[in-house]
Amino acid sequence: MSLMNNLSTSMISSSSSTFLAPTSFNSSRTQSVSVPLKSINIVKCVATPQEQQNAYKTKVSRNANIAKLQAGYLFPEVARRRAAHLLKYPNAQVISLGIGDTTEPIPDVITSAMAKRSHALSTLEGYSGYGAEQGEKALRAALASTFYRNLGIEDDDIFVSDGAKCDISRLQVVFGSNVTMAVQDPSYPAYVDSSVIMGQTGQFQKDVEKYGNIEYMRCTPENGFFPDLSKVARTDIIFFCSPNNPTGAAATREQLTRLVKFAKDNGSIIVYDSAYAMYMSDDNPRSIFEIPGAKEVAIETASFSKYAGFTGVRLGWTVIPKQLLFSDGFPVAKDFNRIVCTCFNGASNIAQAGGLACLSPEGLEAMQEVIGFYKENTKIIVETFNSLGFKVYGGKNAPYVWVHFPGRNSWDVFSEILEKTHIVTTPGSGFGPGGEGFIRVSAFGHRENVLEACRRFKQLYN
Amino acid sequence: MNKLSACSSMACGISLQPKMVLASLRVRKQGNGRCTNVPRNVNLEKLQNNYLFPEISKRELQHLEKYPNAKVISLGIGDTTEPIPEQISLSMANYAHALSTADGYRGYGAEQGNQALRKAIAETFYKDVAIKDTEVFVSDGSQCDISRLQLLLGSKVTIAVQDPSFPGYIDSSVIIGQAGDFQDKTGKYQNIEYMQLGPQNNFFPDLTVTPRTDIIFFCSPNNPTGHAATRKQLQQLVEFARDNGSIIIFDSAYAAYISDDSPKSIFEIPGAKEVAIEISSFSKFAGFTGVRLGWTVVPEELLFSGGFPVIHDFNRIVCTCFNGASNIAQAGGLACLSPEGFQAICAVIDYYKENAKILVDTFASLGLEVYGGVNAPYVWVHFPGSKSWNIFAEILEKTHIITVPGSGFGPGGAEYIRISAFGKRKHIIEASWRLEKLFSKGKPLFNFLK
Repeated sequence: MSLMNNLSTSMISSSSSTFLAPTSFNSSRTQSVSVPLKSINIVKCVATPQEQQNAYKTKVSRNANIAKLQAGYLFPEVARRRAAHLLKYPNAQVISLGIGDTTEPIPDVITSAMAKRSHALSTLEGYSGYGAEQGEKALRAALASTFYRNLGIEDDDIFVSDGAKCDISRLQVVFGSNVTMAVQDPSYPAYVDSSVIMGQTGQFQKDVEKYGNIEYMRCTPENGFFPDLSKVARTDIIFFCSPNNPTGAAATREQLTRLVKFAKDNGSIIVYDSAYAMYMSDDNPRSIFEIPGAKEVAIETASFSKYAGFTGVRLGWTVIPKQLLFSDGFPVAKDFNRIVCTCFNGASNIAQAGGLACLSPEGLEAMQEVIGFYKENTKIIVETFNSLGFKVYGGKNAPYVWVHFPGRNSWDVFSEILEKTHIVTTPGSGFGPGGEGFIRVSAFGHRENVLEACRRFKQLYN
Repeated sequence: MNKLSACSSMACGISLQPKMVLASLRVRKQGNGRCTNVPRNVNLEKLQNNYLFPEISKRELQHLEKYPNAKVISLGIGDTTEPIPEQISLSMANYAHALSTADGYRGYGAEQGNQALRKAIAETFYKDVAIKDTEVFVSDGSQCDISRLQLLLGSKVTIAVQDPSFPGYIDSSVIIGQAGDFQDKTGKYQNIEYMQLGPQNNFFPDLTVTPRTDIIFFCSPNNPTGHAATRKQLQQLVEFARDNGSIIIFDSAYAAYISDDSPKSIFEIPGAKEVAIEISSFSKFAGFTGVRLGWTVVPEELLFSGGFPVIHDFNRIVCTCFNGASNIAQAGGLACLSPEGFQAICAVIDYYKENAKILVDTFASLGLEVYGGVNAPYVWVHFPGSKSWNIFAEILEKTHIITVPGSGFGPGGAEYIRISAFGKRKHIIEASWRLEKLFSKGKPLFNFLK
């Protein structure tokens, strides 16, 4: 009983996950800065330590790459703002449409499987220790047959993980510091941040809000949120997320065919993030491997987070075809396997049991139902902003709504919305300079909270 | 066994492709149609072999193919075998069920770990050394934490490791680009400082002849030698680090196996908070090798040379490159640290320790030089003048027992075999009996060793 209380927060919101960043960083050694510096459009939300004259210092230099990072990772920053807001308004009914955190309970068929596996670990026959680092065989097979049937992807091309975010960093470790990369602009911040950490980038250039040596592929309403590849410089790696976080745009077959050709012509590798594929309403490819030739140029990452509400359970996967080779002919999958065996030790066996249940007929049906629920939320939010006269994007193929606030600073809009309606969103500039002037509204939440939030939006913007 | 079959599908890591030094060319030629034009990471090219433990699995599989009816006993990979105590798995089952309810559902957790669990870890393991819960970062295990720490530190730091040592330290160092080239002659990577351990120095490095490095990986109780550093030895280590401005990464994964009063945490040593990070794991403590749970302690006092707190950067890595340990595993962790859970776990640890004792006694009675097995679940047997892979192969061939050749842990392990004490009691006893037959006087292997 006390376990449940310990693991919950008492905040009224659509997301009840504990997300608070440790506040101990506000110790005497640090000064906490949480006010955006409006004049230069940069938000410094990270605590900046002061030099301690008398404190013992080691002689180990700080990693210069980490020093390049401008602020905290985006989502803990949003969480920090939310926490600060709650301190200011302790009775506010804050609604979280910021961090894309799932809110609906996991279907029984899935949790029962996880409970069963847990119990089994206490029995002689059911106990298992280390699993294969690449994932349990049955799960790899189920992933292949569920998502990649007839695409020529085999069980052992699939590597089960504890989530896409972790996989992105492991892929960066595979690639090393001597590769160049391109990202969509705006994009999920882990691609850029992991690239900085890995040492692939130059310094942050404040005037353009970009890191040196990264190719930012602008995605805007004007280009249908697909980059003009004729203007994109060659890079070794191209991160591409579709359906897209944060814009919600889903690339068409024709667009992805062009992307694959672009990669082929340039000898580049696409890292294709398909975490939201099951939210697709239109008839667009759900996997990059639907495009002929993609197996020689692409890696695909995916996740159970937004399908099965596994944001806390932690399960995902990465597909690396055998045909994907480095310039000297060495298979990329071999190096990834080495990283997986050395820098990782497999996803939790209990989570994997859950994953297998997700892919049973009953599990798939149950997941579709929950996804359908969030999609209905998305529809409500889209309609709300449409009715208020906003230019609204996304929301059809992804659980994110991308709302345009032309000419406005997105952190300002974020703050205004938070202050006036107690709704947490995510400022578009957190996803790159191409996100400036936009707000991302996520559609995860209990229905009544989403409806209430829409009521408040209508009040604010009418 | 999933582990074995997964390994068999990946061929040996030794590349048959011609090695091409590509450096950091800015101008790349067009792809040749079959390959991309993305250069392979030169650091990964430097790795000499597969990671040690999948290699052992592969050998086991090959042996089983050769002798399908053999009753193979695995004393190789240190994989736990005893079921998790019921109250702990029940907690995890209950937590899983709760995820199906409106009240019990949880999404993203704090990347640093569940607050109650962080607190419980601080109170259980660091009560008397004033480590705060906010200095504890929950993870999915030490192997992952080691790599995250390497990401934190970057390619420009130098490291020292014990020799022999857990291969994750060296391999992660090579991968991140710290290690330089491998030198066939010495069996060492150029830029890594190997601190030799052996009976001659009581398995503690001679720090007076150890050059300064930025980072010192130190595992105690030690994998593979089983030696637990004494308080005096750790004081020396902390002083050494302090004098050199180095950071110790102290691996305490086996602390629960300590039988004497050797320190269980580096932070028992005064001054350690300003020079050390500690990593630890529920794997060997609670049988969580498959469940995946561990933690890292980064004290607030630990500062880079410019005064920047290390904990701040580690937090950034954890928030950016990780998304927290599984909430179900964390619920299990919390149950492990309840009074009843902890007691149940200690009983399992005692079981493995008894296994270790049996193995130590077996080797000792055969007149072999045996170390460890008292403060750790590993027995470290010396075969002077031998090559450890040969001994490994002989033992496997003649007794169907998997061990780990000492050279897998570094050149300092060349003449040793590591035997892990995880296993069912009856298998340990059976293994002991087979080893007795193999090594007793007059047998070919004994003469082979002489």
